[in-house]
Amino acid sequence: MDAVAEQKYNLTVVRWFTVMAVVYLVVGTSIGVYIASELAWPFLNFDIPYITFGRLRPLHTNAVIFAFGGCALMATSYYSVQRTCGVRLWSDKLAWFVFWGWNLIIVAAVITLPLGINQSKEYAELEWPIDLAIAVVWLTYTFNFLMTIATRKSSHIYVSNWFFLGMMVMITYLHVVNSLAIPVSLFKSYSLFSGVQDAMIQWWWGHNAVGFYLTAGFLGMMYYFVPKQAGRPVYSYRLSVIHFWALMFGYVWLGAHHLQYTALPDWTGSLGAAVSIAMIIPSWGGAVNGMMTLSGAWDRLRTDYILRFLIMSLAFYAMSTFEGPIMSIKTVNALSHYTDWTIGHVHSGALGWVAMVAIGSIYHLMMRTFHTEMWSLKLINAHFWTATIGTVVYIVAMWVSGIMQGLMWRAYDDYGTLAYTFAESVEAMHPYYAMRAVGGMIFVTGAVLMLINVLMTVRKATSEDTIRQAATASAAA
Amino acid sequence: MANNNQAIGLQERMEKNIWLLLIILAMVLSVGGLVEIVPLFYMKNTMEYNKVPELVWQRKAGQTLHDWKPGDGIRPYTALELAGRDIFQREGCYLCHSQMIRPFRDEKERYGHYSLAAESMYDHPFQWGSKRTGPDLARVGGKYSDTWHRKHLRAPRSVVPESVMPNYPWLHETSVADKDMKKRFEVMRMMGVPYTDADIANANAELKGKTEEDAVVAYLQVLGTMAKIDDNTAYRE
Repeated sequence: MDAVAEQKYNLTVVRWFTVMAVVYLVVGTSIGVYIASELAWPFLNFDIPYITFGRLRPLHTNAVIFAFGGCALMATSYYSVQRTCGVRLWSDKLAWFVFWGWNLIIVAAVITLPLGINQSKEYAELEWPIDLAIAVVWLTYTFNFLMTIATRKSSHIYVSNWFFLGMMVMITYLHVVNSLAIPVSLFKSYSLFSGVQDAMIQWWWGHNAVGFYLTAGFLGMMYYFVPKQAGRPVYSYRLSVIHFWALMFGYVWLGAHHLQYTALPDWTGSLGAAVSIAMIIPSWGGAVNGMMTLSGAWDRLRTDYILRFLIMSLAFYAMSTFEGPIMSIKTVNALSHYTDWTIGHVHSGALGWVAMVAIGSIYHLMMRTFHTEMWSLKLINAHFWTATIGTVVYIVAMWVSGIMQGLMWRAYDDYGTLAYTFAESVEAMHPYYAMRAVGGMIFVTGAVLMLINVLMTVRKATSEDTIRQAATASAAA
Repeated sequence: MANNNQAIGLQERMEKNIWLLLIILAMVLSVGGLVEIVPLFYMKNTMEYNKVPELVWQRKAGQTLHDWKPGDGIRPYTALELAGRDIFQREGCYLCHSQMIRPFRDEKERYGHYSLAAESMYDHPFQWGSKRTGPDLARVGGKYSDTWHRKHLRAPRSVVPESVMPNYPWLHETSVADKDMKKRFEVMRMMGVPYTDADIANANAELKGKTEEDAVVAYLQVLGTMAKIDDNTAYRE
């Protein structure tokens, strides 16, 4: 089976993307811990321009979303599309172009962002030459994926591929439109749009980066790796069809909920809030479909540490896709907007859902593509607990600080004047900024354990020569 | 394969034909964006100046940007202010400081009148922000002296002990005179910002002898001061 797979499919590019994903997980989350620490202990800015919070924050978001998330998506989508279609990737050359192109883009981000070369649009900070490179690499990635499906042996296209495709199409739209800018020089451009129109376009991008890159793409991952790891079929085909189309149509409208009570017209915000609430249903549809795949086999969670990651990720997914719509409601948003609660919500989704489903999938991928057991199963369990505890500490810190901030800003004293200065609210944040940094450190510790485990597994596979043996085994079963 | 004589539904056809799936997806995915974005370019009540034209500065022939006084109306940024805005973007200030006041009683008291869409119409890109680690800056113009701003930028904790903002000492050590504001004005004009030929010709001269700190202070001091906003007018629904 392993030999058949090794000889038939391009697993080499999958291996490379998988290992890089783990490297970027450690890098991206470490930058996160550093900037979190800068907020708790500002001396850590050290008066050095390149490492100030404002310069490093975009590097953190780009590293975790595009470097870690991107490599995880590319590894898992290139793996699962080959297996579910029964054919090798349509072009090995294009797959390698995507690997090197994407990593060069990441290097470009690491260099330009600390230098302050940015377009100041969240999660789209990279300047125009890099935006062009992203478009080329992304379209190549999509084209290779499409052609692999077009030349498939299976009659039907498996559900995880619909989700990956939805992501690829939507991200293309979003990136092209939101990145429209007129260059002033090689390293500087101005956004084509301005004011309220730019705000709506930016948050159409910003929310759909979450909805399609971080949700649809990772649901594609979930739909392949949960049934594979559990050894059971997906719970309901019909549910997958309904919630897929509901998400594809509905998620797009949510961006306006980032702009409640701003200068965005009232009607747009109301539309965004209404559709956001409606999205609870298809999101939970996905969570239910994934979790119920374990129906009748829940005892597996006692011994299968990878399954723990995958199922825990679905629990966080359900929680975040409930919290988000609640925060979209104007009344709630009036309290939560601009506060740390938003950050808490982001990270419950990013750490709880995105990171955990990717981590579980990556451990599975490591074993299948390196044709060996993980170097240490105990470390996977240790990683699971540090990831979970770190995430919970982070979120709780932000819930308390966010709601506290919101309440302090709107508090009045008995004389009818504002009760707190802004500076007083900043002072009140300090213990929670420290707690959040600690939560992040716990999470990073787990990521480091994963990197060690992955590198030792690669070493193990190399010393056992597993890849070459699978590649040259004759007439496999 | 048994033919049960039932018509093959669209879902099944999409699952068997990647190009059909692709086209239907492309159509379904475009709806939400079109509905929420396109009307903002056409609907008159998106911009308050359609109801209240005095919000925008009615520049007379021959006037430069320096003939404007606070309250005259919304105008494009001067060269020094735009240079300051570019630095604001470079340093990521928007990540901690929003520029969008909401129509709430407590925000009115803390920051001033809620922000109008027209006030950011020349901002390419917008700087409304999404987080207040520090206070909102939409109407910070004129609230603090230039001296206060310089002290605060160089060492925030020297004027606000509780602050978590980084120090920005390099701003007053770096000249801003090498920035090609002429080119930047031209690009802005290409996108509809009403700079005149005279504005563009004089753009670089304005930066002579100025530091990055001068530029940032100039930018901060103009924020929120452009339009004359009347508490008794209902600008938005």
